[in-house]
Amino acid sequence: MKFHFSRKQLIIPYGLFLALFVVLPLLFIVYYAFTDGSTGAFTLSNFGKFLTSGTSLSTLLLSVGVAILTTLFCLLIAYPIAYVLARSKMKKKTVLLMLFVLPMWINFVLRINALREFLDLIGLLGNANLFNTVLGMIYDFLPFMILPLYTTLIKMDKNLLEASSDLGGNAFTTFIKVTLPMSMQGIISGITMVFMPTMTNYVISDTLGLGHVTIIGKLIEDCFGARADWNLGSAIALILLVIIFATMVFTGGFKDDEAGARGAGLW
Amino acid sequence: MVKKLIKGGILAIGLLFIYTPILLLVVYSFTPAITMGAWEGFSFALYSQLFNNAEIMGIVGDTIVLAVVASSISTVLGTLGAIGIYYSKRKAATAVNVMSHIPIINAEIVTAVALALFFMLIAPNTYFSLIIAHVVITVPFVVLSIKPKLQQMDGNIYEAALDLGATPTKALFKVVLPEILPGILSGFMLAITLSLDDYIVTAFTKPDNFETISTYVYNAIKVPQHSALPQLRALSAIIFVLIIVAVILLNVAGRKKKEKTK
Repeated sequence: MKFHFSRKQLIIPYGLFLALFVVLPLLFIVYYAFTDGSTGAFTLSNFGKFLTSGTSLSTLLLSVGVAILTTLFCLLIAYPIAYVLARSKMKKKTVLLMLFVLPMWINFVLRINALREFLDLIGLLGNANLFNTVLGMIYDFLPFMILPLYTTLIKMDKNLLEASSDLGGNAFTTFIKVTLPMSMQGIISGITMVFMPTMTNYVISDTLGLGHVTIIGKLIEDCFGARADWNLGSAIALILLVIIFATMVFTGGFKDDEAGARGAGLW
Repeated sequence: MVKKLIKGGILAIGLLFIYTPILLLVVYSFTPAITMGAWEGFSFALYSQLFNNAEIMGIVGDTIVLAVVASSISTVLGTLGAIGIYYSKRKAATAVNVMSHIPIINAEIVTAVALALFFMLIAPNTYFSLIIAHVVITVPFVVLSIKPKLQQMDGNIYEAALDLGATPTKALFKVVLPEILPGILSGFMLAITLSLDDYIVTAFTKPDNFETISTYVYNAIKVPQHSALPQLRALSAIIFVLIIVAVILLNVAGRKKKEKTK
């Protein structure tokens, strides 16, 4: 029998892989979140446990706080850098951009360890756990903010800036009324790249906060490790999942620029 | 003039922030002191300790093998997937696209927990689950790297190949594949770096007796005065320098090639 082959059939292996190893595992989280650990019966108590526990809620609050601070400082540091790079007429500016985003290709545990050794050297390690955690988050996620900002700023039509100044706008109004709105896409993309990971990346808070800073990701890890309460862990993971997808829909849904934001085009 | 200074200053401060810890680590990898900051003379002692540490050398090898195997699978699966999505009907393409975005936007800990629960049922933490997990977190990026190349491609050349007598398989290999090759290569590189970088998903899906650089270093850091920490300084220095040089060389080579084709 002759094998009939069509290009669109190539979608099948990938579709099956995703259904089996991406979608199905998520259903496991849903199942565990809504069942009782010992009896396996349907229950809402896992969510109740999370929402009524003072420590859980303060962990959530702390995570949001750390994430807001990190995102804000990343934006404040990354924007001027991306702006200067995008507007510069230097020939070597892609090499400079490289230097700024290159850390994202170096193993992040090694980079965080480098920062840990540095903080130890200047005497901050162990003395400013929360500060060190936020600093570590900024250190780790800065490239993910710089790259999308640079990508939108470089695409901006320079004539608009001239038009603005011709029409009497000073540098400040031009920035507020032209540059900032035009770069909103990059800002949103950068925020989504930074905010959620900072709420959950417990490697950084553990290493630089010396275990004294507990964020939501750590809480989930504990449920699957020391606390051995998979059902509670699944409930918290499910809450995160819902928040993530709600934010995604809110900020404009599924975009294709993530590969670019991860630096794909630079290779 | 002042403007130039401010601009230069912004870039300099940014680079200083990023590279100070890295540079210090590289500098202090050349002295045998246990704690960083104490200079006990220039030596390659940490490097020779590192290269004689069979455990760490084994872990480095395992990490690289894992990255290459998982990324190769991701590249094949992702290339097929991207071509399939591109030529599929809207409904099927959208469904696969949405699923493909899940690992990208999901928090790593959620992906990790989902995979751990899933594999608990079928094959608890084996090398297989680890490979699958690494394919899950890398393959969507391969698809995203290839997609723009497919969109840029002139659709008529495939039809032309068929008109000239090529079989669909032959046309795919001889016409479509070469067109999207740059996307495939950059997807593969991205997959490698994502796999090498991962900690959380790895920790949740790996077999107990298997370590990657990430899991080993993370566990070592948590033990105060761990004996391997100074050697990890040497390992980090090697990795930092290798990646910085590789990225810059690739970039310079890439630009030269672009200029030639202009």
